[in-house]
Amino acid sequence: MHEFGITESIIKIALDKANEAQASKISQINLVVGELSGFVPDCIQFYFNFLSKDTTAEKATLHFELIPAQLRCRDCSAIFQPENSEWNCPECHGQSVEIIGGRDLYIESMEVE
Amino acid sequence: MKKIEVLQNILEANESIAVRNQQLLDKHKVFAVNIMSAPGAGKTSLILQTIARLKNRLNIAVIEGDVASTLDAEKVKNEAMEVVQINTRNMPESCTLIAAMIEQALKDLPLEDMDLLLIENVGNLICPAEFALGEHKRIVISSLPEGDDKPTKYPLMFTNADAVIINKIDFLPYVDFDIPVFRRTVKGLNPKTRIFELSCKTSVGIEDWCNWLLQEVEAYLLQVKSA
Repeated sequence: MHEFGITESIIKIALDKANEAQASKISQINLVVGELSGFVPDCIQFYFNFLSKDTTAEKATLHFELIPAQLRCRDCSAIFQPENSEWNCPECHGQSVEIIGGRDLYIESMEVE
Repeated sequence: MKKIEVLQNILEANESIAVRNQQLLDKHKVFAVNIMSAPGAGKTSLILQTIARLKNRLNIAVIEGDVASTLDAEKVKNEAMEVVQINTRNMPESCTLIAAMIEQALKDLPLEDMDLLLIENVGNLICPAEFALGEHKRIVISSLPEGDDKPTKYPLMFTNADAVIINKIDFLPYVDFDIPVFRRTVKGLNPKTRIFELSCKTSVGIEDWCNWLLQEVEAYLLQVKSA
């Protein structure tokens, strides 16, 4: 639901960077989205199609690199990817875990003409 | 065709406004608390109970965030020194407050006369976890009728909370909410968080929560005064 504002930010950053590079067209935006970031690529794409109209980003391809959630057990230090909503450590079954990956949300790069 | 490296955090715009909000609050020595929960968990009730207990000690203002209506602001306005209602229905983010909305609301508040700002976020356990507002503490409320599995289903919200409140503790005889399981899950995600059990209906446990909050405000005031 909160992807509208995020998509506005993506377009603003992309247009600023394209302008700096004196590009006339943005053909691809490469985004990195973590599984735990709470942002849904399909929603970003939906808003992007609408918000990018009449800009140099219109019709640009959005490429999403999805980063899986990664957790570390505070008891035995095992690093694992949670399955479904099961956040217990698969090694020692400890319940004390720390998020070490999967919260990303950034523009990695763009392809421009 | 050429490739440009960008490496820019998309939430950076929100985060920089949140930093500015906190600087403004610090300038006026106002401690801000972001109160988050699912709809109906008791955010407004907690605010009313907190003001009733602390209004003789602190000047307390409230920002009410809702998708629509002024119902909560109406409930709070006789108790708080000032209340500002934000309706998110027509804003880019309708599911959460964001820093830019708080920046606007702060312009309508008498910061000079305030000690404590209670911000009631939009009822939602997902989106508010992502958006800093400039608050000093983040509070999450879970209530017994919701069930004890919320920290498992919405871990981010609990991972970032400075305190977690279990509200509607008076429902315990009627619902299958396992408090030790809930506590264990929350502490697993966030070992440093404080957990309070209370009922805004019967006032059980409100005093412990208010004492903690008052200590936090006093510690903050000492820190900003010496800075």
